[in-house]
Amino acid sequence: MNNYLPPIDHYIWLSSILFCIGVIGVLIRRNGIVLLMCIELMLNAVNLLFTSFSTYFQDASGQIFVFFIMVVAAAEVAVGLAILVMIYRNTKSVDISLLDRLKH
Amino acid sequence: MLSYIFYILSGLTIITAIMMITARNPVHSVLYLIATFFMVSGQYLLMNAQFLFIVNLIVYAGAIMVLFLFVLMLLNLNKETEPQKSMKTKLAGVITGGLLLITLLGALIKSNTGENLPITDIGLVKNLGRVLFTEFVVPFEISSILFLSAMVGVILVAKRHNVETEVISE
Repeated sequence: MNNYLPPIDHYIWLSSILFCIGVIGVLIRRNGIVLLMCIELMLNAVNLLFTSFSTYFQDASGQIFVFFIMVVAAAEVAVGLAILVMIYRNTKSVDISLLDRLKH
Repeated sequence: MLSYIFYILSGLTIITAIMMITARNPVHSVLYLIATFFMVSGQYLLMNAQFLFIVNLIVYAGAIMVLFLFVLMLLNLNKETEPQKSMKTKLAGVITGGLLLITLLGALIKSNTGENLPITDIGLVKNLGRVLFTEFVVPFEISSILFLSAMVGVILVAKRHNVETEVISE
């Protein structure tokens, strides 16, 4: 029974796949709240990569960076959801394709 | 042994993430995303990053996702009100994301180091706390200002602006 973690490459592949799933989610959904959730998924993929490289190089700075990313993500979500609630109050919908008035 | 846990967790992470972007009901999307965050927390625990494990559970799966769920229920969104893109746009989105994935994996496929990750104890609360409050103490304090400004901004944006009272007070 080997007690080893997998190589760093597998962590990079997992993070790439998760990030791309987040990108696809942003491209195929129209609900603004689900879009914010896909952005959270992308941030989590980056966090996972930061942590795996931090473990690989045995350097704690990477994990501190993940902590700060979480701080910024929490603030971003609060502001984003407040803006979405405001949009819903004005248009009675969270459909982001209604918000193309700058185009006209 | 640890590698097998990693592969099982990875498979579950990818499955729940795909379920999250394909679920019609936004509430189901939130629940699948919470499951994804639990799997990612498991990866942190596997790397012995105990601080990030518990912070990810409390902050992401606990606070942020409850905020999402709360807003969804406040706005009363469900499957019937969910806006859908046309099939052609969805296909284009999937192809674009797939091309990005192929590009990333194609760039990485040759760089096979084959070195296993070491098992360290730098992710413990004791070690990370020491680094956070010596080397990174200024960013830590600045992040509190960020939180304060975000809080003020949220209240300002989400407050219902009552036009009549403003006119009267002027």
